[in-house]
Amino acid sequence: MTGQDAARQDRLPRTAASRLRRTARSVQPFLAESRLNGLGAAIVVLVLLLAVFGPLIAPQNPDQVNLAAVLQPPSVQHWFGTDSLGRDIFSQVIAGARISVEVAVIILSLSVLFGTALGIISGLAGGIVDEIIMRITDLFLAFPGFILAAAIAATLGPSLQHTVLALAVVFWPWYTRLIRGQVLSLREREFVLAARVARAGPMWIATRHLARNVLAILIVQVSLDVGYAILATSSLSFLGLGAQPPSPEWGALIANGRSYIQTAWWWTVFPGVALALTVLGFNLLGDGLRDWIDPRLRGSLAGGVQE
Amino acid sequence: MGTVIARRLVFTVFVLWGVTLVTFLLSRVVPGNPARLMAGPQASPSAVAHISRFYGLTDPLYVQYGRYMRDLAQGNLGFSFLTRRNVRTDIATFLPATIELAGYALLLGFVLALITGTVAAYRRGKAADAAGRLSAIAGLSLPVFWLALLLQLLFHTELGWLPLGGRLSPGMSPPPHITGLLTVDSLLTGNFAIFVNAAEHLVLPVVVLAAGVYGLMVRIMRTSVIDALGEEYVRTAQAKGLSRWRVLRRHVLRNALLPAVTVLGLEFGLLAAGVFVVESVFQWPGIGNYAFQAIQANDYNATIGATLVIAVVYVVINLIVDIVYLYLDPRIRYT
Repeated sequence: MTGQDAARQDRLPRTAASRLRRTARSVQPFLAESRLNGLGAAIVVLVLLLAVFGPLIAPQNPDQVNLAAVLQPPSVQHWFGTDSLGRDIFSQVIAGARISVEVAVIILSLSVLFGTALGIISGLAGGIVDEIIMRITDLFLAFPGFILAAAIAATLGPSLQHTVLALAVVFWPWYTRLIRGQVLSLREREFVLAARVARAGPMWIATRHLARNVLAILIVQVSLDVGYAILATSSLSFLGLGAQPPSPEWGALIANGRSYIQTAWWWTVFPGVALALTVLGFNLLGDGLRDWIDPRLRGSLAGGVQE
Repeated sequence: MGTVIARRLVFTVFVLWGVTLVTFLLSRVVPGNPARLMAGPQASPSAVAHISRFYGLTDPLYVQYGRYMRDLAQGNLGFSFLTRRNVRTDIATFLPATIELAGYALLLGFVLALITGTVAAYRRGKAADAAGRLSAIAGLSLPVFWLALLLQLLFHTELGWLPLGGRLSPGMSPPPHITGLLTVDSLLTGNFAIFVNAAEHLVLPVVVLAAGVYGLMVRIMRTSVIDALGEEYVRTAQAKGLSRWRVLRRHVLRNALLPAVTVLGLEFGLLAAGVFVVESVFQWPGIGNYAFQAIQANDYNATIGATLVIAVVYVVINLIVDIVYLYLDPRIRYT
């Protein structure tokens, strides 16, 4: 903790402007490290802006049916063309951004909270508790993730909520494993031993000493998983196991456009471009963060477990 | 080392048992009544009740699980009411198509990743390195189903170069069954026309699947080539005056290929997901398409069977990877 304490004394007065400057200054070296980091960050910021301010930006209500303008190719009025009911695909794609971001936030919140809690318990408790939790994660990890998610989503019945739940069920064991490993290595470190000598309770150690140190590696893993969560959700929706029409979820849009692909390519192409770019942005950012936050991880298998 | 492998084997048996339990439970909580699905929409309630009793669906869950495990031990995976055949027969029919597809995708992705990874390592920090990294992340980011649709649109609808889907054109009869891999069987029986046709059908799905394989492997290849380049034996080989190519082939790649083994488990997970989606888009008659159709039709025996086979292959591949790595890396062996 000594390094962090020193940094704290160094801190500038907490005015909003100075905080912003500090953030900008700390982000700059990351962006300078590689142009790809900047590209990833730019895409992510754009997607987040679209997700938050989408309804203000979208030229039309995405659900607005217009039978006078069905299957229109891209034009000035309809940048991405229209679908078989005359709905504006550009507006639908923007509405889809919010769905994808929401879905990723929920999936990762659920799996990070649950996974981290079990990981800390497992690492601190040790013994039989650790053994039981680890064997349970083994069972979940024995399945290829996407297949298990598809089976769970299908069992629960096709809907976006069930897909989110299914993916959270698939994701949490990775976090439990990751966090447990961190806790095991951290709990023998001096600052934890010192806390224990000072008779700090397990809750105090977990929240005060372990959580903070685990945070960096957690952020990297989450940023790597966001892209995958979005991609997996869209894939399941495309297969009919996730979001159902008329939801403007990108995978569902592509599934609908598929039957018209020979006459109205724009219906399939543009939602796919949005999806591909979004996932690329998050993956570039996550990959860059991994290298930047912990250069020792460079190229190792520890992070970025994607299937 | 013997004890390490023994422990690993016990662990694998435990995981396989868990896999049967999870798949069984998943299949028994399906919302639709399987008996009603089996009987068909016109069946009377008494007929449905009869089928329920006949298949033991009214028994308690643990009795059903016991029966399921007994059948499994005899290699009996039950009856699929979608195909009206034994699930085991179905899987034996569809598995070779998937193996052929995934095998070529793994090969293509691996070769491309080897080239990109090596070039990126030699040109570390240069533009080629960044391009390699971008291409790898793109390979993992492109939605498989969307890429498949685009390639179909371009190479089938627009250019007319390649078929839309399936394993063979209608009217082509498959070669005599030897391995079940059409490209291999057609060559073994000297049927060149069928070979070409099967190869044409493979191109698009293989390319789509290979994108992810490539994306996952480039990073490992790059890192391990960089590591190998920093080793003493490489410097010695260079100092001896060996040609660049010879150093690369004999000293760098030979050592750099080892870490690639470790991602095979992950690659398989990725391929399983890819196969599931790709086979559906390309109407490829493999295990992924079978599983997908079964899931959609609530055909629980077929769903269980296909999921079980995929999970078992996954577990076994991970076991083999661990053991192979144990043999290859003495540092792990002696600790």
